[in-house]
Amino acid sequence: MVLFGASLVVLFVSGIAAMLNSGRHPGRAAILGVSGAVTGAALAIASAVPVLAGAPSWQAWTLWQTPLGPMNIALDQLSAIFAILISTVTALAAIYGRGYLSGHGTDPRAAGRSWCWFNLLLASMLLVVFAADGLTFLIGWESMSLASFFLVLFDHEHPGVTRAGWIYLITTHIGAAFLFVMFMLAGNGTSLDFFSINAAGSLRADQSLANTIFLLALAGFGTKAGLVPTHIWLPEAHPAAPSHVSAVMSGVMIKTGIYGLLRIISMLGVPPLWWGWTLVVIGSASGILGVLFALAQHDLKRLLAYHSIENIGIIVLGMGIGLVGSATGNHLVAMLGYAGAILHTLNHGVFKSLLFMGAGSVIHATGSRDIDRLGGLMKRMPVTGATFLTGAAAISGLPGLNGFMSEFLIYAGAFMLIVSGGAIWAGVVTALSLAIIGGLALACFTKAAGAVFLGEPRGPAPANATESPRAMLGPMITLAVFCVGLALGAPWLAKMAGTATGMAATAASFPDSLQVFNLLADITVATVLLVLLVLAAALLRSHVLKGRASTVSPTWDCGYAAASPRVQYSASSFADPIVRMFRIVLRTRRHVQAPEGFFPTAASLETHTDDVLMARVFEPAARGVTRLASLVSRLQQGSTHLYLMYIFVTIIILMIWNLR
Amino acid sequence: MIISAIQVLLALLLAPALLSIIRIVKAFFGGRHGPTLLQPYRDLWKLARKAPVYSRTTSWVFRASPSVTLGAVLAALAVLPLCGVPGPLAFTGDFIFLAYAFGLVRFFTVAAALDTGSPFEGMGASREVQFSALAEVALFACLIALAILSSSMSLSTMLDHSWAAAGNMRGEGVLILVAAALMLVLLAENARIPVDDPTTHLELTMIHEVMILDHCGLDLAMIEYASALKLWIWSAIVISVALPMRTGDAAFDIVAGVCGVFVIGILIGVIESIMARLKLLKVPQLLVVAMVLGLLAVGLGLR
Repeated sequence: MVLFGASLVVLFVSGIAAMLNSGRHPGRAAILGVSGAVTGAALAIASAVPVLAGAPSWQAWTLWQTPLGPMNIALDQLSAIFAILISTVTALAAIYGRGYLSGHGTDPRAAGRSWCWFNLLLASMLLVVFAADGLTFLIGWESMSLASFFLVLFDHEHPGVTRAGWIYLITTHIGAAFLFVMFMLAGNGTSLDFFSINAAGSLRADQSLANTIFLLALAGFGTKAGLVPTHIWLPEAHPAAPSHVSAVMSGVMIKTGIYGLLRIISMLGVPPLWWGWTLVVIGSASGILGVLFALAQHDLKRLLAYHSIENIGIIVLGMGIGLVGSATGNHLVAMLGYAGAILHTLNHGVFKSLLFMGAGSVIHATGSRDIDRLGGLMKRMPVTGATFLTGAAAISGLPGLNGFMSEFLIYAGAFMLIVSGGAIWAGVVTALSLAIIGGLALACFTKAAGAVFLGEPRGPAPANATESPRAMLGPMITLAVFCVGLALGAPWLAKMAGTATGMAATAASFPDSLQVFNLLADITVATVLLVLLVLAAALLRSHVLKGRASTVSPTWDCGYAAASPRVQYSASSFADPIVRMFRIVLRTRRHVQAPEGFFPTAASLETHTDDVLMARVFEPAARGVTRLASLVSRLQQGSTHLYLMYIFVTIIILMIWNLR
Repeated sequence: MIISAIQVLLALLLAPALLSIIRIVKAFFGGRHGPTLLQPYRDLWKLARKAPVYSRTTSWVFRASPSVTLGAVLAALAVLPLCGVPGPLAFTGDFIFLAYAFGLVRFFTVAAALDTGSPFEGMGASREVQFSALAEVALFACLIALAILSSSMSLSTMLDHSWAAAGNMRGEGVLILVAAALMLVLLAENARIPVDDPTTHLELTMIHEVMILDHCGLDLAMIEYASALKLWIWSAIVISVALPMRTGDAAFDIVAGVCGVFVIGILIGVIESIMARLKLLKVPQLLVVAMVLGLLAVGLGLR
């Protein structure tokens, strides 16, 4: 507790100090900000690790007394897992951000100021997961939204950034509105404290109240997490933010939505089956739509943002399987689903922040986010290339890295549901969705990694690129190592995650998580065997090739002598068959100027894929709201005489009303 | 355990022969003599002794790809059952491992193809990821159907047909649908006609062959051997579904399984001889057919 308090104090003080120093000593501000973030994160980790290791979880500890009730913090295993993820990734992003911002070409004073928001973002995320009552939670939640809003606006002079910031602010507040109502209902007018809500058990007794709270929580937390259909802010805000902020937002901030949903579900008792179905359907829609839209993108960071939607979809599929398992009384399925969801949350936090940092490193070196203008960076930026490829393989769920382990758990939960009967179709939908997502994610990440890092550079910017500074490479290497480490440690982590949700997610007692452990131990053995076989093949190959002279030549070009890097298959062409196959959903707009005549000169092809929901639902809805609002402005024209007349008319009406 | 090891050993030894069976059948239909059974072994040996040539565009990804391909396919072989003989490493959920080990192969093959910067290889890679994304869904639909039928989560127990003792007709129907769907997936995943033509000579029309266009020597030998093993794995799965008779005598089962794999080889040869390859735009339709067959099997299994 003291450690956590110290962590908050360090983050606040260093943030304010960075802000105060940013005017005269921008360099000092950055050092203050980064060291504050790292120290604060380390303190938070130190306070969370003992609970995860088996120490008793804290009961509510009052931080502050307010007129609305005390502000309490507490920590159990579920919060501890999230706190460690948030702190680790954010601390690494802070170190990376120092290198990233120093070459960013913006005003160093603005960069110094941004550290204040960065450290406040970390503090508020920690407050969210440590909160033990609705009030503390919402205060943390709101400061998290505001701090990240200011960070998104960092490059506000670039076109589109302000728009992205506003979209983010509006969506996140609409989401928060659901949460306010949800907490009011859950508190039932007496106490917002999680423990007393849990102890009173009123939510478990009243099913319709529980249903309302579940739906409100899904809407509110789903908006933050980026679930379809309220995902629209992610593809806007993540590319607009500086890369270390995108890494934090996409890697860990959206996960607070998952945390909130898990926390609320844990208070609601045994769920009805349709909750599980709802999450399975929403998760599958998010997963498939996320990866499809990612495939159609040309902007590297926008592509990654859509992949966050996809991965949140996978996490929610796992939670859906967990709920279906609890609802049908199948505790092993429930534990597999929840453990898979939590493990995937951790894994996605690691590889997605790694990928955003890799994208930032590419932007740092080339100044471009357009996938079709890059290429050949593997030789020029070997560390960025190798770590990005690791992240790409991990997010595609390939064996040997962490993404496979959590997807395996969710698959196993789905198949266990199919095999053991009861709500079989939920398992079928989940397994098939995962299969679709897996195939398309592989297509998308071979496209991204292939077009950016492999082949020949498509233009001078990638051709002259050099590797990023060490401050940026260090965190990326660390995260790539985590991708391997989390894969090896998956059996233990899943056991831990299983017990964390076993205590939190349902009141029913779970069987020993040993079965989950054994399941993952088997797959870990198989994966290790795979890695060993690959290494053996590589050793054999290099041994055989040792004495042989190798020749270097151009790539086989079918005898065509003047091949230039521009003849390479572009990322857009690579993804085009799949994009065309799903054109009903994607609605890609094509502008073609075909080559004409015997001596064609100019030809061009442009494709744009707008977010369908943004373009067809939310923008028309927003225009409708604006039109309604402008109707109101006819009444309110600033003329005092008119207002006096309104008052007069109102009084007359009221008098007539009274006479009636 | 020993019998499982023998089963893997047979796969390692006989996989290239499966390729020559296909070629002999095709030669028979074409009125030619065809190669001997040992020709693929000679080809591999010849390739393995050659000095390598690398494109100057390529990076370490291109050089790592053959080792990853071979290692992952060998690991997949470790969970493969053959007509009732379990894989040596069979465990709960091993079919997911098998599917994703092939995913790893695909990732590196495609990355190596893009690493050469060749437009042809990019084109082939693009087709590969599209078709295999569809094939994966069909494969999982089949696996779900098998899981329903056998109430099991391991490929080895799914395919040992111990559940079939009751002789229910519904099970037979599911198996026929699954075998048909898996056969289509086999043709797509192993770059056979009607999806891809392994003997075509025009780069523009290839899928798998064009992706490995720049590999040569030992690297190519490793990839070709891995492809032969992959074809063996798929044939073993299809024949284990299609041939539900189990004697219980492991030695007999294994001989029957190997013969069955070669029968699949003959079947592939016949298909390749009597069919033209499909237009590339039609291939997704074929895979959707496989997907529908798989889903029908799921529906029938649940009914």
